[in-house]
Amino acid sequence: MPSTVKMISSRWELSDGHTIARYRETGGYEALRKALSMEPDAVVDEVKAANLLGRGGAGFPCGTKWGFLPKDVFPRYLVVNGDESEPGTYKDRLLMERDPHQLIEGMLIAAHAIRAKQAFLYCRGEMALAQERLAAALNEAYAAGLIGKNIMGTDWSMDIVLHWGAGAYIVGEETALIESLEGNRGMPRLKPPFFPASKGLYMQPTVVNNVETLANLPWIISNGASAFTSIGDEKAPGTRLFALSGHVNRPGVYEVDFGVTTFRELFESPDYGNGIREGRAVKAFIPGGASAPWFFEEHLDMALHPVAVGAAGSMLGSGAIIVMDDTTDMVKAAWRLVKFFAKESCGKCTPCREGTNWLEKIYQRLLDGNGRTEDIDLLMDVADNISPGLAWPPRQTTICPLGPSAASPLASSIRRFRPEYEAYVARALAGASQ
Amino acid sequence: MTTVESTDAVAAPPPKTTLTITVDGTEFEAKPGELLIAAAERAGTYIPRFCWHPRMREVGMCRMCLVEVEGPRGPALLPSCMLPVTEGMKISTKSPTVKKAQDGVLEFLLINHPLDCPVCDKGGECPLQDQTLAFGPGETRFVEEKRHYEKPIPISDLVLLDRERCILCDRCTRFSKEVAGDPLISFINRGNATEINTFPDDPFASYFSGNVVQICPVGALTAKPYRFAARPWDLDQVETTCTGCSVGCRVVVQSSGDRITRMQGVDSDPVNWGWLCDKGRFGFEAVGSPDRLSNPMIRKAPGTEAVVVPWYEALEAAASVLRHLPPDKIGVIGGAGLTNEDQYTWAKLLKGGLRIDNIDAQLGDGLRPQTWMGVPQATIDETCGAAAVILLAPDVKEELPVLFLRLRDAAANHRVPMVEIGPKGTGMTRYVKHSLQHRPGESPALVSALMAAVAGTKVERQVAGVEADAINAAAATLAGALQPGKSGSPGKVVVVAGRTSLAESVASIEESLASLLAALGASGSVLPAPRRANLRGALDMGLSPGLLPGRVTLAAGGDWYRRHWGDVPATEGLHTVAILKAAAEGRITALVLLGADPLTDVIDSKIAAAAFAKLEHIIAVDTFANESVSHASVILPAAGFAEKSGTHTNIEGRVSRLAAKVSAPGVARPDWMIAVELGVRLGIDLKLESVEDITEEISRVVPSHLGLDMEMLSTPGRGDGIVVPLPSTAANAVEADTETADSDADTVDTLAVPPCVTASTPPASVVPQPDSYSLRLVSSHLFYDDGTRLQASPSLAKLAPGTALHLHPGEIERHGLSAGGSVKVLSQRCTVVLTVKEDTQVPRGSAFVPFGQRGGDAAQLIDLDELATTGVVKIRLETVGDN
Repeated sequence: MPSTVKMISSRWELSDGHTIARYRETGGYEALRKALSMEPDAVVDEVKAANLLGRGGAGFPCGTKWGFLPKDVFPRYLVVNGDESEPGTYKDRLLMERDPHQLIEGMLIAAHAIRAKQAFLYCRGEMALAQERLAAALNEAYAAGLIGKNIMGTDWSMDIVLHWGAGAYIVGEETALIESLEGNRGMPRLKPPFFPASKGLYMQPTVVNNVETLANLPWIISNGASAFTSIGDEKAPGTRLFALSGHVNRPGVYEVDFGVTTFRELFESPDYGNGIREGRAVKAFIPGGASAPWFFEEHLDMALHPVAVGAAGSMLGSGAIIVMDDTTDMVKAAWRLVKFFAKESCGKCTPCREGTNWLEKIYQRLLDGNGRTEDIDLLMDVADNISPGLAWPPRQTTICPLGPSAASPLASSIRRFRPEYEAYVARALAGASQ
Repeated sequence: MTTVESTDAVAAPPPKTTLTITVDGTEFEAKPGELLIAAAERAGTYIPRFCWHPRMREVGMCRMCLVEVEGPRGPALLPSCMLPVTEGMKISTKSPTVKKAQDGVLEFLLINHPLDCPVCDKGGECPLQDQTLAFGPGETRFVEEKRHYEKPIPISDLVLLDRERCILCDRCTRFSKEVAGDPLISFINRGNATEINTFPDDPFASYFSGNVVQICPVGALTAKPYRFAARPWDLDQVETTCTGCSVGCRVVVQSSGDRITRMQGVDSDPVNWGWLCDKGRFGFEAVGSPDRLSNPMIRKAPGTEAVVVPWYEALEAAASVLRHLPPDKIGVIGGAGLTNEDQYTWAKLLKGGLRIDNIDAQLGDGLRPQTWMGVPQATIDETCGAAAVILLAPDVKEELPVLFLRLRDAAANHRVPMVEIGPKGTGMTRYVKHSLQHRPGESPALVSALMAAVAGTKVERQVAGVEADAINAAAATLAGALQPGKSGSPGKVVVVAGRTSLAESVASIEESLASLLAALGASGSVLPAPRRANLRGALDMGLSPGLLPGRVTLAAGGDWYRRHWGDVPATEGLHTVAILKAAAEGRITALVLLGADPLTDVIDSKIAAAAFAKLEHIIAVDTFANESVSHASVILPAAGFAEKSGTHTNIEGRVSRLAAKVSAPGVARPDWMIAVELGVRLGIDLKLESVEDITEEISRVVPSHLGLDMEMLSTPGRGDGIVVPLPSTAANAVEADTETADSDADTVDTLAVPPCVTASTPPASVVPQPDSYSLRLVSSHLFYDDGTRLQASPSLAKLAPGTALHLHPGEIERHGLSAGGSVKVLSQRCTVVLTVKEDTQVPRGSAFVPFGQRGGDAAQLIDLDELATTGVVKIRLETVGDN
């Protein structure tokens, strides 16, 4: 079932959808005009009424997050997290490449709502085209008087700084992103005490929003909160982008009604995944980015709803869904993900810095045919020392969730596919006894 | 081991109330704002930690201090180093979850640790070892290859880094950024490949590099002087005070086999917060130097070798000189490097017994004693907590390094506004709000314009080379600070006062200071910034012309000391420069040197040389055979730092204990003992037989020190020292005196305690005349120099940069010179050839030559007569080869 409406991917098919001319032709910047005619608090109320859930991973309601800013503390900043780095996630990249003005308009609406005069747009270092398109779009918008002094002839002025990352996954974590923006090593800050809403960028109140979240704002302001909540599920209104990859016939980013579509529909509908390759069966799938615990065939008929997925012990996270068919080696799949997190650990917290690397080494030994019987439990216990209990939502001995992210795929694969691990050990033991 | 990271040092707001928290089922009181890790430790529960340090910002990254905190959603594992206590907080430090997390973290820390403990200097005092024993899992499950790095690599001339041992706690890097302001070491790479390193071609050349070795929780950072020198369990130690400069940092001296092996900073809250400078930390090498004077010697004729003699013979030789000369024929220079007890004993012998007043502990490089002593005093804490600070002082980073750390902390971390007044930029320039760099010799004009602007008269044009806007901005800052605060009383402004440049007349600084204090009125006070170690003690003990112990003048204290000592000098004597001039003219024939080297240290070397050429007798009491000692006829070897006990007085007037740890070389003795024995030979019985005797007599006789006894200094919690005078001493004084069974007890009456000296109006300074053909000279000391003690410390000796002519790049261009090239420098006095060094801290029109560096010294260029008549020293530059 295709989505009822394309709220945020409507210009993706247009070859010039990224230009200001085409953006304005298709209704662009009208939402901003409307927002500027509203009191900032009215904009906040509208977004609250829309119950727009954050699209970055945690799914926190956007309006509520804005409400955490302490009253009358200025300057305050809007920071856009465009450091999309979760393996399998590539929706924000498309939003930035194909419709940069929609994001800029969303930023302007958000900045007006929270009374910020300075915004920072943090774009992932590797996304060369997105950076180019954003830079061009910002220049166009500045030239058109949409950013800068006296926006649209009002007495409100706001600037946007485009910042390019330097290629660290961890900077997708909001406090590490703030550190990076300040010119420091991208290392997360401990929350508490450093909740960005009260002490964020330069220790000032800061809102950090995801690209997709902000891209929804023009539609919400133009069409109203009630139109937004009429789409999707009551508790997960609107549409949502899912980046589908892995063993499906038609990988891609699809905008679907939030909380309604099921995983099976997403994988099998000709509008989306169009079935598993070679007609195979699903062995496992990752429902929300590399750090999410895995789902299996029994979860296929679950709706893409944050509450349902959370209750089942995982998350929709960043909207990256990776499908693994029945030919997949689950030890190798987990190893690949653990290796990613080990490489991307920032090095700040001992358990993550040392533990993820140790896990990778044990996996490497298993795969190299040097596994020992005790290695399977060792993997679980080392992971447990990073994420005590290996539960969901994860507990952590670290500052940020990167360390526990490595534990999730590991625990999922060992709990479900232990015999595959034992087979590796058995082959190793057989080899050793020859 | 001494706790050098005392947790009660945590910077917490003053407790208004207490709150109750529960740790492992036991309730106790905590202070609001306190961190859980510190609160628990006070309550007797030690939570293991590596990255947390009470004097640095918490980062919560080692994860060793995780505890379980009860919350609405059940217990949560949180780092106790980042958690301020809250009312009713319930934590568990020993639950199975905590235990497993601790086991896990220690196992993680150890998997890549080389475990080369048998050859590691930290072995035996290693937090990683200790906490593994107390909290660790006992065995490892890690069978993979460990991380490997080249080991160790030097990161500076003094410090080596072993990256294999490093546990990446961020202590050294935080210290370098947050405390020292030298961000020269940093994390590089990420994840498991993260390492600490310097930037390419940019070593960790910090004056404070040794601190990172002390705070490293493993053996990753080691210091050259201590590498493989001893095992910690072989070390014996005492707590004492560093006498390297006048800040008075508290330290522990550690020794093995009667040799000092290491010095570590002690966290003294009012003074050094646990930090030391590298000169203080590593200068101990000089104590055990083979070049130390270890036997008395006599030089039979000038120019001949001195020969070793027994003590009695040397003392008799000294006595025979002093016995027959009238007091005005004898001069005494030095004494600032001695203990208070040594100084008092010398003062009692020389001033009371021999009635000599030509005694000066300063070498013409300080201010008049009453300028420091006769004004309202501020402590370091009061300075760092002031509404504003005015720096009219030498470069504190170069001369009083740990005071620099405190002032830097106040300016950078607590936004205390500071105004710097001096002829060139300093280490503080980066941190002060206003740096007013004036033409040498013209600070009085600048200060009067500044204070007039504070009072409301805006400056219209440039003054002393400083733009009007800069002066007005600084004045606005000071005026703002002087506004009444919440308490309703005006803000306090502290002036850190000392010699900004040795090539400026004392009178100009004195005049500037006096007009600052006059304008500040009751809001102003002074933190003296003398550079010699125990100069405050020397002045307090009367080693200055016209003064008697206790900050009293000859006139005011005469009766008092005639009572206690029997006699005092008849008339006020001469200061160092006048003594040397008198000697050159034959009016003084004998010179006693108390650890002084006038030939090197007097700022006009010609004056000292002329005196030494004429003097008939030179009696030197010293620890090293310096340049001046090599001319002495009688040489008496003295015990030095860590070889004798007593007390020391720092810049604040804080008296703290000095302890002996090792034996003095050969037959060297403490100064007080030499003075007493010399007295015996001169027929003067000082009635002092031990350090305790002397301290006791000081507490009974010296007006500023009344009531201050050893017992008080030894009281737990008073180890940081006590600032004199004690409050209410004056009231107790008469009573204290009458109670004492003194030898002349029958004469006891109600003789009033003499009053403290007051700062008198300084002599008028000369306003230098403009002269566009020449540059004005600026000179002061650098951290590493050619000094005797420094050069006797092998690790530090080569760090002295050597002399150079520091010029603003614009001046280099104007004179057609090039940085690194040679230039001929002509002063009224002489011509020297120096290397040109580019230095943006030197304003145009001035030239800086460091004092006390090898290879062409500022002392050759400075002409005190020229200073007196023109107010500055002028130099001209010529290209080498010109005629």
